[in-house]
Amino acid sequence: MRHEQIEKSLNLMIVLIIVAISIGGLVEIIPLMFSSDATEPAENIEPYSPLRLAGRDVYVREGCYNCHSQMIRPFRSETERYGPFTTAGETVYDRPFQFGSKRTGPDLARVGGRYSDEWQRLHLTDPRALVPESNMPGYPWLLENTVDPELVTAKLKALQWLGDPYTDDQIAGAAAAVEGRTEMDALVAYLQGLGTNRRDRR
Amino acid sequence: MDTAASYNDKVVRQFSIMVVVWGIVGMLVGVIIAAQLIWPQLNFDLPLLTYGRLRPLHTNAVIFAFGGSALFATAYYVVQRTCHVRLAFGKLAAFTFWGWQLVIVLAAITLPLGITQSKEYAELEWPIDLLITVVWVAYAIVFFGTIAKRRVKHIYVANWFYGAFIITVAVLHIFNNLAVPVSLLKSYSIYTGIVDGMMQWWYGHNAVGFFLTAGFLGMMYYFVPKQAGRPIYSYRLSVVHFWSLIAIYMWAGPHHLHYTSLPDWAQTLGMVFSIVLLAPSWGGMINGIMTLSGAWHKLRSDPILKFMIVALSFYGMSTFEGPMMSIKTVNALSHYTNWTIGHVHSGALGWVAMMTVGSIYSLLPRLYNREAMYSTRLIDVHFWTSTIGVVLYAVSMWIAGITEGLMWRAVNDDGTLTYSFVESLKAVEPYHYMRLLGGLVFFSGMIIMAYNVWKTVSDKKPVPVAVLEPA
Repeated sequence: MRHEQIEKSLNLMIVLIIVAISIGGLVEIIPLMFSSDATEPAENIEPYSPLRLAGRDVYVREGCYNCHSQMIRPFRSETERYGPFTTAGETVYDRPFQFGSKRTGPDLARVGGRYSDEWQRLHLTDPRALVPESNMPGYPWLLENTVDPELVTAKLKALQWLGDPYTDDQIAGAAAAVEGRTEMDALVAYLQGLGTNRRDRR
Repeated sequence: MDTAASYNDKVVRQFSIMVVVWGIVGMLVGVIIAAQLIWPQLNFDLPLLTYGRLRPLHTNAVIFAFGGSALFATAYYVVQRTCHVRLAFGKLAAFTFWGWQLVIVLAAITLPLGITQSKEYAELEWPIDLLITVVWVAYAIVFFGTIAKRRVKHIYVANWFYGAFIITVAVLHIFNNLAVPVSLLKSYSIYTGIVDGMMQWWYGHNAVGFFLTAGFLGMMYYFVPKQAGRPIYSYRLSVVHFWSLIAIYMWAGPHHLHYTSLPDWAQTLGMVFSIVLLAPSWGGMINGIMTLSGAWHKLRSDPILKFMIVALSFYGMSTFEGPMMSIKTVNALSHYTNWTIGHVHSGALGWVAMMTVGSIYSLLPRLYNREAMYSTRLIDVHFWTSTIGVVLYAVSMWIAGITEGLMWRAVNDDGTLTYSFVESLKAVEPYHYMRLLGGLVFFSGMIIMAYNVWKTVSDKKPVPVAVLEPA
């Protein structure tokens, strides 16, 4: 077929463009959706508790992913610094994923338990009080904002509907689990659970 | 004059002016966040002004507000001129202008409020995503509707690129943003973890490949030959590089996920196709630059042409750098560092912004019934601020990125790490200053442009331009 025929027919051109742009995505994405490695949870990986889910959404809202990755690559320098490399099964309840693309600050995939709750609280309120060289913003308002129990219940219901294995009991107890907790409590709970599924981490 | 016999340039003028406005806004936010990385006090402990919320505002403003307005303006202008008809569906075209501006305003409100999906360049929440979809479908109807009633047999090459860009961005936007709403302001992606990551970077890389590349190649294929007064260098090259570019780009996304828990086969596919992508990318660059054959002397007197040639040079540089960074061993060093930021800005400032600015300078006098812009001298000053600004930016981020990459991986003889993380942050601080300076210099050029544009359009009343009979 001569190209002249394509450039004289709008319909033909549109169809061929759609064909040309469709193949890459189909080949690279569809098989992943049916791969158990990519979709089944790793050992000790559970759906987020109501408080941690609220904390994760604070993490998303504040755009932490703009400076912190959550994806340890399989290099000795990275496993030495951050702990065992991240596997796909550790991220199956992440909607959306938080791998990040830039490290202005360190990776957080296994930050859980590395510092005390009090350290996290102080650091999030005033980073330079603990790390003088840091250029991270402070988040003092998290101490005052409280988590909305009704919204958390709605979130769990949506996630259950999407297929995350929350039980009805967990959803019924969600509001009570976050009642009166601040966004700081939630964010610290989220961070303190990151990567703690592995026992062999340092 | 009978309206059917004249071009619809009103919507082109509207978008063209907003290019300058949103360019200034988007780049100003960029300058602010660059300063915040040096002086974190500039976050003021205020939620609305923190880096994590402003950075998405910066990226969305420059890509979708500045770049998007330029693509709407030039696509509407080019499709009318090359099809020898008035734009189809005038009211729908007006709707795309106001709809797109509404999207931008909603983005400017919701992003600082922390209303975000956190997927890069797809941060906007579901109600805005729906509005984008409606505006985009209207854009496609206007654009393809105009081609459908063309008075020439052939569809001009610029329209192939604009057409592929419009179709592909619709596909990318819809599939990446599929989500279940929890409330008006919050939704959860239907994908999780690594599948979500793959979907996002299939989207993210092709937001670059189609929004910021194919669309702007459409711009290049009209405005470079026009400004140089020469035909496109090679028709055959444009055919080959068009089809290969749009097909190969769609495979390159996984290079954003090298060494992550994405399966190796997908990473390897992404790397191989990214390297192959060098060929069609350089096909476009060569076709653009060689169009100046026999007209090189015009560079001496025409700063608009200088903008275009330097834009094409940066396009060639970034599309060499990109494939190189997608090689896994190089990526192991460059990923997560400022090198990526430098690469993005060589493309976004060097290619996208300079091609846009050149095209707008070329376009505005024609839209406002003038011979030329108010001041050619000021275009030349703008050209030099842009060039110096982007070079400062790219060089500083190269040095910073390689420094970070090397410090993160350095180990002592006993196998322990040589540097703490914060030492690497301290080490790149001088380059943060240099980047801020580069950004400021580039930004100052946009202010000069605003003045020049104001003097060009403020006292001129546009007159309708008659549709040209096909040759």
